[in-house]
Amino acid sequence: MEPQAYQSRVPIYPRAVKGRFRTLKTAILVLAYGVYFLLPWLRWDRATGTDQAVLFDLAGRRFYVFDLVVYAQDIFWLAGLLVIFALLLFFVTGLAGRVWCGYFCFQTLWTDVFMFIERMVQGNRNARIKLASSEWSGNKVLRISVTWLLWLLVSVLTGLSFTLYWGNAPDLFIQMITAQAPFAAYATTLFLTSTTFVMAGMAREQVCTYMCPYARFQGVMFDKDTLIIAYDDERGERQNGRQKPSKGLLERDSRIEQQVGDCIDCGYCVQVCPVGIDIRNGMQYQCISCALCIDACDTIMDSIGYPRGLVRYSSEHALHHERATRLNLKNLGYASALFITIAALVWSVVTRSDLELNVRQIRQPLSVQLSDGRIQNRYEIKVNNKTSRSMRYRLTMEGLNQAELDTGHFTEFEVPSERSMKIHAKVRLDPKQVTSSRQEFIFVLTPLDTKESQSVRQSSMFYTPGENLKP
Amino acid sequence: MSKDKTQQTVQTTGHAWDGDLQEFNNPLPSWWLWAFYATVIFAIVYWVLYPTWPVGNTYTKGVGNDITYTTTDGKEVTSHWNTRSLLLKDLADARAEQAKYVEQLKAASYSDIAKDEEKSAFAYSMAKVLFADNCAACHQAGGNGVIGPYPNLLDDAWLWGGTFEKIEETIRNGHVGNMPGFKGQLSAREIDNLAEYVLSLSGQGSDATKAQKGKPLFSSNCAVCHGQDAKGQILMGSANLTDSIWTIVNVPAAATPEAKRAAIVNLLKTGKSRQMPAWKDRLSDTEIKILTFYVHELGGGQ
Repeated sequence: MEPQAYQSRVPIYPRAVKGRFRTLKTAILVLAYGVYFLLPWLRWDRATGTDQAVLFDLAGRRFYVFDLVVYAQDIFWLAGLLVIFALLLFFVTGLAGRVWCGYFCFQTLWTDVFMFIERMVQGNRNARIKLASSEWSGNKVLRISVTWLLWLLVSVLTGLSFTLYWGNAPDLFIQMITAQAPFAAYATTLFLTSTTFVMAGMAREQVCTYMCPYARFQGVMFDKDTLIIAYDDERGERQNGRQKPSKGLLERDSRIEQQVGDCIDCGYCVQVCPVGIDIRNGMQYQCISCALCIDACDTIMDSIGYPRGLVRYSSEHALHHERATRLNLKNLGYASALFITIAALVWSVVTRSDLELNVRQIRQPLSVQLSDGRIQNRYEIKVNNKTSRSMRYRLTMEGLNQAELDTGHFTEFEVPSERSMKIHAKVRLDPKQVTSSRQEFIFVLTPLDTKESQSVRQSSMFYTPGENLKP
Repeated sequence: MSKDKTQQTVQTTGHAWDGDLQEFNNPLPSWWLWAFYATVIFAIVYWVLYPTWPVGNTYTKGVGNDITYTTTDGKEVTSHWNTRSLLLKDLADARAEQAKYVEQLKAASYSDIAKDEEKSAFAYSMAKVLFADNCAACHQAGGNGVIGPYPNLLDDAWLWGGTFEKIEETIRNGHVGNMPGFKGQLSAREIDNLAEYVLSLSGQGSDATKAQKGKPLFSSNCAVCHGQDAKGQILMGSANLTDSIWTIVNVPAAATPEAKRAAIVNLLKTGKSRQMPAWKDRLSDTEIKILTFYVHELGGGQ
């Protein structure tokens, strides 16, 4: 063979298979697609803001997720969520291997759908191989273009649905099809359309093999107890290896007698593999643990009356008849980190106050002396009303005897729903009243015309210059 | 893509070091190659669309990338794509957005602004920038001034009046404040007595007999500006000498009664002249209005 400068992809034509795992995978696919494509259209009853159940409103700097409204200052929750996803991925990988890759990853799901379209239009594995190797003809052009058109349709719907999460779906959809939507909407849709088409239609298993970082580092989370999809070498090969079922080797008993393996070398497990590997060669980095080879092998075993499980979910230890301990230190560590992070995030979401009070002492200068000898400090106070109605508040202070609070032209503040407001407050105090140059006190913000909401307190400092303090 | 296939295509560079060390000549995946070609095509498209190549004294400008923006003096400028024009366009857009609010303030009276939470919040934040650009050089970023040359705007003493109207007048037309020196007119002992009297006005005196001697001197020399009651007069911008605030000499910082007196003696001898420049030609009416509101809020106004 001549040296090649570039390695071209070996095309893979996976064969269809029916079975337990195929049914499970299809169910997950239908559920995931249902959520992804329909969620932007779900309406939700809210007192203010949008009536879309899930909306990521970048312009308004609010994320609406059902009854939860996430403000710009809550964005660290996103970091918490990402940490949880990462830990969950680690934990599940340590315990059960590449479950994410095999059942949930969008690359797997979309590739699955694209392969389904391929199969509907071009037929099963053999028909597709034949079509690919045949001369160009009207039939070939028709079948390939119909496949590509259907792929494109799914890609466009995918891109469009993603875009609809970032605007009011019914309005945005109308705008999109009447060419009135913002540039960003079209750019996002176009980008996702093209990536969907290329990744699910063309690149396929190369995304997992070459591009995906998780696929590269997931191996470090594996141990000998991690669930893997494995070919039972002992049973499949015995002493004399696998053999086609020829005369005298049809019955399992006779195979055992002659020390011939249970594998009849039908090749079904290789034909169904979406990444084009032979599971009988052992664990390989390309394997996305989709479990279709289990379905394939089980189908064959059933048909020839051998017990199932020649290819099955197992682990290194289980395969070698060693004791398996799922709950090792590593997995417990992942689990506890996961639990702590989830608890912290839930705590943070649940205990968020509807009213936020932020006090910043103006430090330039810290204080000024007034004509009557009193000392004045100024504070910039930010009130954030996160409730769904306009609220009135009164600001008072505690902890500084005989101090005067001056909030300028307003004594009560009206803050509209989901808005914030800055108050410039002045606090005046006779230096004779204090003994320390830094005196702690508390601002209290009390919502008026309502009994449900508690007042919010925030401590701050009152500064008196040393020269004004009584020695 | 099983192991067997890969091994078939892997070549070595054909050279062996130390007998058996060989370098694999692994083929690149074709997707990588196509990605490389795509970057080349991207570069060529970029050359066409954006300014790229130097040609003699000039450079290729790119096609179809004009940026049009309006300058501060209302001129429409169209230029080929460049980051400076991009910035100027952003600034013009921001000015247009800001103008909506500024228009509202232009029409509003001071009490309108003060009563409206939104208007006062906008005036406050816009004035902060105007203040930093125009006023902070003397009055400091926080408005606390410098004892001596530049009055503190945060306290409740208003030399030239603290109503909206008076503050606006001060910003618009400026003021010259002059405290004359008395070196030739009064003897050193008289100035010392006078200083003690001035201290006693705000309850900081330490020598009642000296102060008593200073009292008639005050009536004949100082009262014409500072008033008989020594509370100052807005008309002349003269300071109230009976309160705790000192704008020219830092009496509170002086530790001993002697040091306090010496600081005042020094001022009485040499005098002090201060000037607030007029801003009417440098700032627009609306800018002056916004600044007036801000300064009024800083010290609480009158």
